Amino acid sequence: MPSPDSRIRVKRLDSVTQVEFVDRNILDEANIQMIGDEIAALVDAVPSPKLVISFANVEHLSSAALGTLITINNRIRGRSGQLRLSHIDPQIYEVFAITRLNKLFQIHETTDEAVKSFS
Amino acid sequence: MRRSRASPDCHPSSYPQTLGSGHVLKMTSERSDTADTATLAVPNEPKAIDDAQARLVASLERFEYPKASLFAIRLSLHEAMSNAFLHGHRNLPGVPVSLEFEVDPDHVVITVQDQGEGFDPASVPDPTLDENIERGCGRGLLLIRAYMTSAEYNRKGNSLRMTYARPPRAR
Repeated sequence: MPSPDSRIRVKRLDSVTQVEFVDRNILDEANIQMIGDEIAALVDAVPSPKLVISFANVEHLSSAALGTLITINNRIRGRSGQLRLSHIDPQIYEVFAITRLNKLFQIHETTDEAVKSFS
Repeated sequence: MRRSRASPDCHPSSYPQTLGSGHVLKMTSERSDTADTATLAVPNEPKAIDDAQARLVASLERFEYPKASLFAIRLSLHEAMSNAFLHGHRNLPGVPVSLEFEVDPDHVVITVQDQGEGFDPASVPDPTLDENIERGCGRGLLLIRAYMTSAEYNRKGNSLRMTYARPPRAR
């Protein structure tokens, strides 16, 4: 059961865990820390986790959120898992491009495409 | 001696936000036909930070800045305030950060000043280099410099002045 305070929505489809954000603005440090802890728990729950994080609802994103995504990516790789990002709108994508994190993360237009990309 | 902010714990696990009244202290505020100016003291509380951002956004909307400008300026303000609280006021949790802004139809000038020791912005490693790409921090200033027209620290390194020139209007 998700906590009523949860900042993410989680769906499991076969071996893939799909995560969406509840908030449109991923800016507040305390909030980002909570999101990071929740996703870390999902990553640790299965061996070789396959995770898709959708940014469908996201309008604003801070550098602290990017830092947390990097931490999540490292955690997933440490467990021989794979991370995909999806539904990033052009304005948010620009933040990834400026920071060159579009080269670090595998980004797909839709969650379906992201799910199909898992090896 | 100015210290480096490029410490590995740039996003500490216990973010020192306090839960207070959430009020921004308005020091001065002026509104004319041609410009909005304000000087605010912002405590490190989520509500107060949101309120300060909302005041600036209201001025941008008053002068009909486009959505892309709102995104750029709002993100830059957030990053500047985060740096001020997280690093400048690391040991000053109860002390507000000073925010000044001036918005006219063509320009925005924002100054965020903390009461900390200051830092040397040149000491922050370039987070876009391959060897730093997986570092968890150091991207706030990069984003500010990318989105704003100019961003300069004072000599001490505790005050950041950012300017934004409105993009040419579509004819």
